[in-house]
Amino acid sequence: MAVSEPTAPDAVASAAASEADVRLDGVTKRFGEMLAVDDLTLSIQRGHFYALLGPSGCGKTTTLRMIGGFEDPTGGRVYLGGEDVTDRPSHRRDVNTVFQSYALFPHLSVERNVAFGLERRKIGRAEVRRRVGEMLELVQLGPLAKRKPAQLSGGQQQRVALARALVNRPRALLLDEPLGALDLRLRRQLQIELKRIQQEVGITFVHVTHDQEEAMTMADTIVVMNRGRVEQAGTAEQLYELPRTAFVASFLGQSNLIDARVGAADGARTPVETHDGARLQVPSDRVGALAGEQASVGVRPEKMSLLTPEGIAPDGANVLRGRVVVASFLGVSVQYLVTTAGGEELTVIAQNEAGCAPDAFAVGREVQLCWDPRHTFVVARGADE
Amino acid sequence: MNARVRTWMLGIWSTAAILYLFIPIFIVVLFSFNDNRGRFNFTWNGFTLRHWAHPFRDPDLVTALRNSIEIGLLSTAVAVTLGTFLAMALVRYRFRGRGAIDLFVFLPMATPEVVMGAALLALFLVFNVSTGFVTILIAHVMFCLSYVVVTVRARLEGMDPHIEEAARDLGAGEMTTFWKVTLPMIAPGVAAAGVLAFALSVDDYVITSFNAGQTQTFPLFIFGATRQGVPAEVNVLATMLLIAVLLLMGLNVLLQRRLSRRDASGGGAEAVEEEPRPMVVTPAPSAAG
Repeated sequence: MAVSEPTAPDAVASAAASEADVRLDGVTKRFGEMLAVDDLTLSIQRGHFYALLGPSGCGKTTTLRMIGGFEDPTGGRVYLGGEDVTDRPSHRRDVNTVFQSYALFPHLSVERNVAFGLERRKIGRAEVRRRVGEMLELVQLGPLAKRKPAQLSGGQQQRVALARALVNRPRALLLDEPLGALDLRLRRQLQIELKRIQQEVGITFVHVTHDQEEAMTMADTIVVMNRGRVEQAGTAEQLYELPRTAFVASFLGQSNLIDARVGAADGARTPVETHDGARLQVPSDRVGALAGEQASVGVRPEKMSLLTPEGIAPDGANVLRGRVVVASFLGVSVQYLVTTAGGEELTVIAQNEAGCAPDAFAVGREVQLCWDPRHTFVVARGADE
Repeated sequence: MNARVRTWMLGIWSTAAILYLFIPIFIVVLFSFNDNRGRFNFTWNGFTLRHWAHPFRDPDLVTALRNSIEIGLLSTAVAVTLGTFLAMALVRYRFRGRGAIDLFVFLPMATPEVVMGAALLALFLVFNVSTGFVTILIAHVMFCLSYVVVTVRARLEGMDPHIEEAARDLGAGEMTTFWKVTLPMIAPGVAAAGVLAFALSVDDYVITSFNAGQTQTFPLFIFGATRQGVPAEVNVLATMLLIAVLLLMGLNVLLQRRLSRRDASGGGAEAVEEEPRPMVVTPAPSAAG
């Protein structure tokens, strides 16, 4: 049956930056009583590598499947390249998917798998063969073209799935945890390879993952999702250094969060008083709507350093007092667990400069924790924890 | 020591069970070579090939055989087509009445054949349909359908639904997805269902006897022949039918093996898992026994 195919634009040639390639407008998806995706609005730029990151059940895969056309949104619209495709079936959408299970056709050889999408369009045999060959070279599977999927390793199957999708030069490539089934070492290797291929072909990648390190390794923009909503979107640096919600602060890396009341801004710095009365400083531009509110003040473990009780903290530094509970020597670093006067257990990661865990910070010792106020952030008190 | 005894016992039990299953069939085959006297063929009188010389000398028999094969092929084709679609609907879609259909599909398998045959005859009489070739066909499609659904369904349920999504994702519409992806993947199940349906149709006696009218099928002919004595030709024909069904099953096994090798040529771990499960069909001679 001949189906009129949308012609795939040559993504490399018409890589007009800053144009939204994939856009979700107020998209909602319910499965019966369960709200999987809740009024999600998202704009994905052409040629970028996006990661949808979140715990299982956060709606990231459902979001991807709505872009691919495998789920109908309960509400809202889906746009591809400015065109409303909400009611268009998946075989008439200009996106391709790499499935978590790879979903290769077991009865077809590697090259016939890769050629499947091209054969559905009116493309000459010679052209199909040339493009399949090129694509197999790109994913380094040329010599295995005649094999059947069952004769390939997991990593090779994953590459066939990637080639099969990319050969169509889609507007966007959707990746549904494609590395989830592979072992750690292979996963690291393929992460770098995926990133290389994405840069080479210049196609928009939307990658679903629950692995924060994977998202940080590959993505230009990470969209952190939780309970069907976007918590925060930004580069890895933005999300790590300036998390805007307690969920992001603890899902992406480790965070030390302390309940506190935000004071009134005083120039570039805003004072914050923790629940046990310690006074800290936060850059005023990070406070936003939380001025005068009960909130959580946070700092990343590697930004803090330990001082002896008599030590003199640098001028203007935030200082808390506490007692070392655990000191673990991890090789690259030494990780401390410190109980503060207010009762929080804070994690501190110190570079292993001395070659051993210093005696001054042994378990049971009183210490001072200090850090530069620049590294302090404020988030609404986390109900999500 | 204990383990050795157990291994021996296992062998003896298995042999006994197989003998129990095959001795009657063996007798049927053996007595097709019996140089019998008179109208009956119950005592061994020595070896002869004379019954095998002209098994088809009776023109009624040839007609009956042709009818059986025609009905078998046609009802298999219809039942496999309908049954495959029904299995796909049951596995892939959620619709109103799905649970009921799921249950009713098994009903023809559970219903006693006599009941089903009589019920069908009553139905045909009510609608004033004269019984014959077509009514046999309808009846056979009906009881084959359940077996086809069950067989194809098992295959479909073992298939990753994302594979069909992948085909659609790559631009294949519903029809293309079915012909290029779904059907090749469930082909072993469909082939097995076809063999099963044909075997069931060719050796059915009870339901056919209710709905045959003046039409003779092979099992009906044999049954009729036994009433005027038991000519050794019956054994010859039963043996031939047995051989035909065995050939068909062998063909099925070969086909399954080829298909699974196609999916995993080289015999990796998958190839072992996908080892064909030959359908066990009670061979035809039961009608003549």
